[in-house]
Amino acid sequence: MTAFEFAEGYSAYLLLVVLFAIGLYGMMMKQNLIKKIMGMSIVQSSVILFFIVSAYKDDATVSVIDYARGVTNPDLYLNPLPHTLMLTAIVVAVVTLGVSFALVIMIYKRFKTLHEPTLRELMK
Amino acid sequence: MSDSNLPLLIPFTFLLAALFVPLAGSVRRWASQPLAVAAALFSLGCSVAGMARVFASGTFRHYLAGWQPPIGIEFVFDPLAAFFLVMITGVGCLVLIYSGPIAVEEILGKRIGFYSLAMLLLAGLTGMVVTGDLFNLYVFLEISALASYALIAVGDQRAPYSAFRYLALGTVGASLYLMGLAFLFMSTGTLNMAEMAAILPYVNQQPQVVVGIVLILLGAGLKMALFPMHAWLPDAYTNASSPATALIAPIGTKVAVYLMIRVLIISGFPAIITIISWVAAVGIIAGSILAIGQSNLKRMLAYSSVANIGYIVLGVSLANPLAFIGAVLHILNHALMKAVLFMSAGGIFSKLGTLDIFKLRGLPKKMPFTTAAFLIAVFSMVGIPPTGGFFSKIYLIFGAIEASAWVFVAAILISTVLNFFYFFRVIEFSFFKPYAKTEDPAQEQKSETLKMDEMSMSMLLSTLILAAAIVAVGVYNGEIVDNFIAGAVPGF
Repeated sequence: MTAFEFAEGYSAYLLLVVLFAIGLYGMMMKQNLIKKIMGMSIVQSSVILFFIVSAYKDDATVSVIDYARGVTNPDLYLNPLPHTLMLTAIVVAVVTLGVSFALVIMIYKRFKTLHEPTLRELMK
Repeated sequence: MSDSNLPLLIPFTFLLAALFVPLAGSVRRWASQPLAVAAALFSLGCSVAGMARVFASGTFRHYLAGWQPPIGIEFVFDPLAAFFLVMITGVGCLVLIYSGPIAVEEILGKRIGFYSLAMLLLAGLTGMVVTGDLFNLYVFLEISALASYALIAVGDQRAPYSAFRYLALGTVGASLYLMGLAFLFMSTGTLNMAEMAAILPYVNQQPQVVVGIVLILLGAGLKMALFPMHAWLPDAYTNASSPATALIAPIGTKVAVYLMIRVLIISGFPAIITIISWVAAVGIIAGSILAIGQSNLKRMLAYSSVANIGYIVLGVSLANPLAFIGAVLHILNHALMKAVLFMSAGGIFSKLGTLDIFKLRGLPKKMPFTTAAFLIAVFSMVGIPPTGGFFSKIYLIFGAIEASAWVFVAAILISTVLNFFYFFRVIEFSFFKPYAKTEDPAQEQKSETLKMDEMSMSMLLSTLILAAAIVAVGVYNGEIVDNFIAGAVPGF
């Protein structure tokens, strides 16, 4: 398999890994806490999409038996498990976002800034 | 293989209590703590009953809603889970008893929230231990993590920022775990631990399986604050309120270690454990050295936690029975020691008003019983015989010798010396340092005739019970290893 074929075949996964890296970059390098939260959200979304992409099949449908399509060939149906798992993961991501915003509000009320170097200066 | 509700009952009790604690608290303010303690006691009873059953008739499971795996989620009560459950619920119960008076003192308006979140934390931790499904484990991991972010955010001025950093790194850890799980799921098509353990030997040469396991171990490492990934831990423990630290420090990070143990057992101890051993050995030394540099007592204890996580991870990753026993015994010991140390630190802060270890002079006179408990925990940390810490270190050292890993033996021994150094500094300053010379003789007179001013009864009692448990674990370590840990050792 040449590098080009690899990139073509796994393009979605490669994109998601790049997305994961972008999120990590945002969390590490950005100095504003809200931007850090955005990075965190990107990381979580990339993982969620990773599961979804892993369940993708060409020309397949939802896992409800459809006699018109035929019931003997499993290639015609998607694996529904990753999607359902990711519903739970989305809930977790939303709750994490909620908690992080609550923390950011508390930080802003106390220090009147969300700029990390300034915060560190203020907390010495 | 019999069916039983016991494994489910333990996290479920905590979840239910997390709902009822605020309800009870809104009717009668004082009612939240007794209810939380009652829930913890009930779960402790369930854990002990389950443990008795595991050692009488072997592992038992509960299938959620009657769905058998691989379709359904199962809750497994095996020897290793039993050991962790009794430890978590036992320590959690005593910390909750301890937290009554000090919660009134430090977080008066937020008590109800504290107990509700504490229940949620314990639900997550116990759930992680009993579940037999890797995705279910992720959900429980996040429940416990979210509860601990909120618990840590209540504290001094800086606490929300420390909690934010913990949240950011903890979320990355969980995302890495989930990403790794995606790789494993894609190669094996199952999320059930037992089934994955059966399938993985056939596919463990595939690159995606190796990547998946590495990602999961990275995520677990972030959650447990293994050395280069420990940045969130010292701030979080230092700035949180005393009851929150006393609850999270002993048991929070240990369950991430449990996750690592499970994944390593499932994947049959892959070659990466060599790297993990080295990282852990560096962590042991680095954590100890960083602890020496601290002047805040809680911060010093936090860095010592980093070093002790190193011991545990080293023991697990050496992959031989002796080291594994040492690691599991050290998990128990460290939970007890850290609970006692953080609980007495909370008491010291409330009575002396400072945690600066250079200003602790007069501590033994003012709080003799707290100091006694603190001393026992310090002896165990350093590894002085009748206490438990000595025996777990001995097992770890024998395990390292069996693996012919002399560097790790040296790391453990050097770290013992460093432990001695930073803990006995506290003792030196509190016992032997001359009182500060002042011009005013009346002031000097006052410091010579300090009155006894101990922590309140419930705080003192729970601290002393845990301190006694440290000695008991040391004295009966043979029985504990033979009866409770030996059954949990996997085949290497």
